[in-house]
Amino acid sequence: MRKKKIKGSNMILSALQKENVDIIFGFPGGAVLPLYDKLYDDPVKHLLVRHEQAAVHAADGYARVTGKPGVVFATSGPGATNLVTGIANAYMDSVPMVLFTGQVAKSFIGTDAFQEADITGITIPVTKHNYLVKDAAELPGILAEAFYIASTGRRGPVLIDIPKDVFDQEGYFDYNREVDIRGYKPNYEGHVGQVSRAVKAIRKAKKPVIFGGGGLIRAGASEALRELAETAKIPVILSLMGLGAYPGDSPLFLGMPGMHGSVTANYALTEADLIIATGVRFDDRVTGKLESFANNASIIHIDIDPAEIGKNVAIDIPIVGDVRLVLEELVKKLRPGSTDAWLKQISTWQSQFPMPLGSGKNGQSLKPQFVIRELSRLGGENAIVATDVGQHQMWAAQHFVVREPQTFLTSGGLGTMGYGFPAAIGARLAAPDKRVICITGDGSFQMNIQELATVVHNDFDMIIAVINNRYLGMVRQWQDIFYEKRYSYTSMEGSPDFVRVAEAYGAKAFRATTNEEATAAIEKALTLKGPVLIDFMVDPEENVYPMVAPNHSISDIIIGGERI
Amino acid sequence: MKHVLAVLVENKPGALTRVSGLFSRRGFNIENIAVGETLTPGISRMTITVEGSETLIEQVMKQLHKLINVIKVSNLSAEPSVMRELMLIKVRAEVGNRSDIQQIVETFRGKVVDVSPNSMVIEVTGNEEKMEAIKLLLEHFGIMEVVRTGKVALLRGSKITRET
Ligand SMILES: Cc1ncc(C[n+]2csc(CCOP(=O)(O)OP(=O)(O)O)c2C)c(N)n1
Ligand SMILES: [Mg+2]
Repeated sequence: MRKKKIKGSNMILSALQKENVDIIFGFPGGAVLPLYDKLYDDPVKHLLVRHEQAAVHAADGYARVTGKPGVVFATSGPGATNLVTGIANAYMDSVPMVLFTGQVAKSFIGTDAFQEADITGITIPVTKHNYLVKDAAELPGILAEAFYIASTGRRGPVLIDIPKDVFDQEGYFDYNREVDIRGYKPNYEGHVGQVSRAVKAIRKAKKPVIFGGGGLIRAGASEALRELAETAKIPVILSLMGLGAYPGDSPLFLGMPGMHGSVTANYALTEADLIIATGVRFDDRVTGKLESFANNASIIHIDIDPAEIGKNVAIDIPIVGDVRLVLEELVKKLRPGSTDAWLKQISTWQSQFPMPLGSGKNGQSLKPQFVIRELSRLGGENAIVATDVGQHQMWAAQHFVVREPQTFLTSGGLGTMGYGFPAAIGARLAAPDKRVICITGDGSFQMNIQELATVVHNDFDMIIAVINNRYLGMVRQWQDIFYEKRYSYTSMEGSPDFVRVAEAYGAKAFRATTNEEATAAIEKALTLKGPVLIDFMVDPEENVYPMVAPNHSISDIIIGGERI
Repeated sequence: MKHVLAVLVENKPGALTRVSGLFSRRGFNIENIAVGETLTPGISRMTITVEGSETLIEQVMKQLHKLINVIKVSNLSAEPSVMRELMLIKVRAEVGNRSDIQQIVETFRGKVVDVSPNSMVIEVTGNEEKMEAIKLLLEHFGIMEVVRTGKVALLRGSKITRET
């Protein structure tokens, strides 16, 4: 018996159910009225944000924590264009996401109708794939493909643009999650021959190092990574995107490499005779000057995306495949390694070059590094951290001890100010039993500050730590170092009193200006329910060190700062 | 070096934009591009000429492959292949010049496809060198307009560019 015909809107909601979607992040408008009308009686949850950009970042945070695609609804025109930054952000960091935008009715497309924007055209460069649905009959197929594409291979955002009349158009809903797309066949198993070559290279290596990234987290490869590192006794370096893939308090962990990485990580990459790169893409912030990057090393590169292999750095042993499966294969074939001399060299560097804790030049002032360390010490257990972008992000990466995968959310590829706070909202919904801490800056926070309404209205438990240096600190740092302290438009003078803003929205808030106040405020916040903001008034001119100047070799690292 | 790529794509809306957009976005230069249907309904074949080093072409091919609508990418320059392009040339042709022009056209195995009191339209197919050579010879009569299809190519022998 043939099933009953249903409307386009109902097809979407049924597909969400089949895909086990439990929350939609969205903001309504004219073109999505038919869809929102159906949502009114649907059991699926919907979080209403205050700006569409926040919906995408929240869906992104949710996806990074759960590994499931984040789902977003927005209207046509301005609703859709407000998503673009968030989509680009998810694309750069390979975050699975399915976004639904309303479009003007089919007969109006191409006429510059009210609230018409060519969102499929606009987002081609920043989506893994996108669709404009011309007929409800195509919807079931497109919906299944979109979820499949977003959540397999190298993850990424997929957008579906739906004209208003298609929401109301009727059709049969035959949903089949087993999709077969001719031009999309991700390759999961590593090539056997290449894996054996890698095993040989690892056995032979005297100074091996693992360099892992966000791909490890997307692939759920942490356990395999740990076995590899611990069996073969190989130290681990993680990119910003990889933090959490290996426990940050393990003795084999050397920190983050690159521009603001640890001295040890940069020296280890430079001195290594073998780099096992997994789920990384050799970003310029990591490699520094390419000609002098890891000149002594053979490189094994394991990645799901063949286009990343050899893109920036020449690779000796490429392995295309799911990093978890490939690492598991490697682990099976490896024996305990003898890397003692190398590990000794590394621990010498570690004690010689600890992370600088601040310059101390302004006497007693509150140091941002201290604030992050206290947040980590007091609140780091069972916590998810979402950061914004700037100096505070780098200090968070350097000083917060991240122990588990999917607990450090940060905008790595695009570096989007305004990401952190909404991402923390997504994390809140994704992991009800975890503590959520948003580490933001006075500049970044103001890019999505309106979401205070969302967290207060929903009474979300979270700590919002504003590292308030009264500057667009990271840009000021570059002006300090490379532009003779000409602080052109980087002062945040005129920012509001964040404590009073938070209180006006209905959140609890404190200010801390000394070490003692900082510790006390964190301790207090940890005992409270609902959203709590702490405004940490830190030393305004503190810089992030260590630092590798752009286009310098990573061994040419400015250690900077003094111990206080 | 110039590379000629054969790209098989699903004939979906926007597929062409996705491919050409990829080139500009990643800073690859397309020299020319020709598109047409294949034997299989719903699948088009694009022939794209790109200038660049081996590493660049490898990156171009990998990035093209990532597009969901792209089914197959192959580098025809890496193997023996035949490459052809079609060009139409409108040339000034006073009555006294016609037979001279005719002779050049015959030498190049071209065709006169239109004649008017003071012009002729000539059709030639061939490779790059042939196009340039005939253009050079016709120049002195006065070339008024030229249009080219862009290169298309097939592998030599019985080997084909399969869709899988
Ligand atoms: C949307 C956006 N605009 C501009 C920038 C450039 N930028 C990078 S860091 C930064 C300063 C951020 O200031 P704040 O949030 O106060 O952090 P701080 O560096 O002071 O810790 C700016 C402006 C950016 N990354 N994102
Ligand atoms: Mg700041």
